[in-house]
Order: sequence, then structure tokens, then C-alpha cells
Amino acid sequence: MNKISNKEVISDVLSRVAGVDKDIIVLASDSRGSASMTSFAEKYPQQFVEVGIAEQNLVGIAAGLASVGKKPFITSPACFLTMRSIEQVKLDVAYSQMNVKIVGISGGVSYGALGMSHHSLQDIAVMRAIPGISIIIPADRYETEKMMSSLLDYEGPVYVRVGRNPVEDVYSDLNYNYEIGKAIVMRQGNDITIIATGETVKIAVDASDKLKEEGIGCRVLNMHTIKPLDEEAIIKAAHETGRIITIEEHSIFGGLGAAVAEVVVQNKPVPMKILGIPDEPAIAGNSKQIFDYYGLSVSNLYNVSMSLLK
Amino acid sequence: MNDVLDLKIKATQIRLDLINMIYESKSGHIGGSLSSADILTVLYYNVMNIDPNNPNWEERDRFILSKGHSVEAYYSVLADKGYFPKEELKTYCKFGTRLIGHPNNKIPGIEMNTGALGHGLSIAVGMALGAKMDNKSFRVFTLMGDGELAEGSNWEAAMAASHYKLNNLIGIVDRNKLQISGNTEEVMSLEPLEDKWKSFGWDVLTTDGNDIEKLIDTFNAAIASANDKPKLILAYTTKGKGVKFIENKANWHHRVPTEEEYKAAISELQELMEVYLNEQNIK
Repeated sequence: MNKISNKEVISDVLSRVAGVDKDIIVLASDSRGSASMTSFAEKYPQQFVEVGIAEQNLVGIAAGLASVGKKPFITSPACFLTMRSIEQVKLDVAYSQMNVKIVGISGGVSYGALGMSHHSLQDIAVMRAIPGISIIIPADRYETEKMMSSLLDYEGPVYVRVGRNPVEDVYSDLNYNYEIGKAIVMRQGNDITIIATGETVKIAVDASDKLKEEGIGCRVLNMHTIKPLDEEAIIKAAHETGRIITIEEHSIFGGLGAAVAEVVVQNKPVPMKILGIPDEPAIAGNSKQIFDYYGLSVSNLYNVSMSLLK
Repeated sequence: MNDVLDLKIKATQIRLDLINMIYESKSGHIGGSLSSADILTVLYYNVMNIDPNNPNWEERDRFILSKGHSVEAYYSVLADKGYFPKEELKTYCKFGTRLIGHPNNKIPGIEMNTGALGHGLSIAVGMALGAKMDNKSFRVFTLMGDGELAEGSNWEAAMAASHYKLNNLIGIVDRNKLQISGNTEEVMSLEPLEDKWKSFGWDVLTTDGNDIEKLIDTFNAAIASANDKPKLILAYTTKGKGVKFIENKANWHHRVPTEEEYKAAISELQELMEVYLNEQNIK
């Protein structure tokens, strides 16, 4: 099992480039430890801004820094960052088009048993409705690295969500094409499509492999970029496979499933199933337990696929 | 522009322009625009180091209108400075205009979109911090309303400004003591306001925010200050300043004048303008 979390990869990449590019600034809200940014802060004290527990100020300051030419990366728990400071995200970053990268750490149900206060299961929904900001959720450590390489050359507002713990590898190396806004076909298949994002990509891939044993061709799309959404890949899947399941670590409202459904119903209506966290405070437990409880699992994906194929 | 009389004429012209904009578009925030007209005039014609022909000049002083609803005064100043054609003021709040009812950074000279209250100071902190990181000498100014100081985010930013010793940051509070629902002290008391800022580690300077000469002196003193504290200019103003029947009335926060009121307001300001112009001729 991989031991490196996606947030550690983000920290490593920033540490590698910050020495060369003095405009890279990391901001934290008493979150340097949880964001794996302690070593960055020690190595580059002049490029690290601590604002204390004040998320509104965190985002506003980042926007101000960007407006004078800095390249700020905000690292703070996704649950607070995307709720407490959402107006600063909407106005100071997205509306004003400031080059701020907003990295929500410990996203989804990473904080497990800490409860709804610490879950970020509405972040995609709220961010999606704001014009001018991209949304990216990497699937594993390799994809996080690919994403960071792209982001270093990407001018403009982006929200990135990563989990707290290391996730199982989906890729085995960096040797693949990655482009912001382009879904990646992880498995080919023409009977059904599973569209996944972030930590659920691994589940989707495993489910596809299991379905293959039954002779079912299950396409898997890794929708690492939720916005701008790769509509073409979705419409193609609808046409070619006729059934779509989405799976995400997010509320069933307003997330990946809703985004995909908007495209499907307006272009090529096909039967769909949206898997995610239902409209309730998520049950206590670790991520794995919560995922299993709500059917974000290989076995449930298998069952849902089979029932859609009937 | 250093001559006080010239600046008084300029401020009066700004008031005339903004009332025309509001009357023409039938929308706007007349009270707060009038109260802040002198502060903006002094900043843009005397204090700030800017080049309207080169709005993205890296060394320019930065300004953020945190009380974004006073945008009519702001647009009038920017147009007069030449950031965009004065003729364009007529499009204010009309269909498809870029001169929307709150500052829009698609317009040359405007750094950031504002309009939701309690945002400007954090942005200004980021700008001032960025200047310090790069050893740049530009200064950052932000004009806040008094009513907006109830937003907690201002105090997060106030804390950060003194923590990071941002003596290149000058905040101005347009202290007209009125907000949309009435007196600030009845809506949510701000006093003792000077002590609040001081306790957050700021140098506080108080002045009459509708007195051009005093404003110049106060800005000069704030800029000359050698300590490492951020500066706060508590500018005591009159909401609706310049038009007697609008002055000090909360219901003029965003009322649009009737034709009769419009004519009366314009004529009062024109009379004042004539007085100033006569003074100028005598000189």
C-alpha cells in the first residue's frame, strides 16, 4: 500500500519549485501541519504566510498577493475553506480572476468520525456554480504530481481537493497523458460506463475488472477535472455504452453525478445511477467504513452495474 | 495637484458627476458617495503615486474601495483622471455596461472587484505583504465604510496587518455614522472605534474627512510615520455631504432623487462651484 498522501505530493512539488520561483507563496490557517507544509514553512519562511484560524482573511490575502504578481497556493481544510470563506472565493478570487490555487486538504470524509463539521461534501456543488474557477480532484499520488506540473503553468483560479490519507495507487508511474479538463479512460468497455473522481477512481477500476470477469465491458472515466467538465467524453460514453454510473465522495446533490446528469439528459439520455453520500450527516467511522456503508465500494458498484444491465 | 482650492473644485465636480450618474441611471448609493468624495479626491489628485496612462504600472500605489457601493464617486474620479472616457459614465448601470453598480476590475485603474462588505482590508493586506516580500515601495490604500466594520473579516485582517508590520498599508474609514438602517451606534455600536483599531496594533489618525486641507495633512502624516504599524485614518464625514437636504439622513443611503430634488442638488453644488471659481479668479 502506498504511504504517500496526495497533500504530501503537493508539498513536495511546491518545495521543489519554490527555490527557483520566488513568487510561489504557500498560505495556511494554522493548518501547516495538517497540510504537510511544516517543512515548506521551515525551508521557505519568506514564502510562507500564516494567517491563523481565519479562513476569510486567508483567501482575501491570497487574492491581494496574486494581484501584485505572487502565485499563492492556499492550503487549509476543505471543509472550512469552501464554506467559511466561500464569498472571498467567489468575489476576490473567481470574480476578480486572481491567480490563486485553493487547495482543500482532508476533503470529503477524510476526517471520518469527527462529524459533519469536518466533512466537505458540498464543496463541489458550491464551487461548480461559481463562474471562473476550475475544480480538480486527483485520483492518486501520481496524478497529483501530474496535476501540480500543469497547475504551475496554469494562470487563473483553481480549487483542488485532496484527501487526508494516502490512497491506493491507480497509476504505476507518471508515464501517461494528463490534461486539465480532459477525462482519462482508465478501462475500455462498451456495456456500461462508470465515471469517478478522486479516491473513487480506484474503486471504479477494481469494479470494472470484476465485471470483466463476467464478460462485461465496463468503461471507466477518471473525471479528475470536474470543471471545466469533459462533456465530449460523457456524451461519447452515453452513446457507446448506454448506461452510466457516477461515484464520488460528495453529496449526491450538485456534485459529479449531477454534473454528468446535466450533460446526459440534454444530449443523450440514458439510464444513470448516482452514487455518493446521501442527504444526511455522514455516519461516524473511518473513510473506508463510511465508503462501504454508503455503497461506495467495488461490490456495490458491481451490483448496481448488474441491475442497470438487466 | 496641491492647491487646496483646486482640489475643492475637483471634489465639487466629482459630486456633480456622481449625482448626474445616479439620476441618469435611477440607481446608486448617493449618501456614501457624497461622504467619500473628498477622501477620493485627495487620494487620486494629491496622495497616490499613479499613472492613468499606464494603469498596470508595477510601482503604482494600490487602492481598494472596500465600501464598493460608493462606486459612483470612484468611477467619477477614475474617468476624470483619464482611466476611461468620461462619456462612458452615462452608461452607468445600463444594460451590458462595464460600469456596474460596484467596482469592476475589467475597468482600467480598478484592482479588484468589491461590493460585498468586509473584503477590502484582507485584499489590501495581501497587496501590502506582497510589496514587502519584493521590497517594493508602493503603498496600499483601502477605503472602508463604518457600517461594514461589523463584518468580522475586517478584524481578522486588522490583526494580520499589525502582525506582519504592514506600515505600507493605510486604511481609511469613512466615519459618517450612518448605515442603511440608521445610526451605526444603534444598529451595532462601533465605539470606541479609535481604541478598537489601536488595540489591534494600528496607528490611528483622526481627521475631518470632508476637509481637503486636513485630509492632505493627515495623509502626509500617515505616510511620514516611521514606525512599523499599519495606519488607520479615521475620517469623520457627513453622509450626503454637499447637498443639505441629503446630509445626515439614513434614508438617502441609496435613494434616487426626484427631478425636483435632482435640480435642487445640482444647483446647490453649482453655487458652491461658482464660489470656488470666483475665489480662483481673484487669486
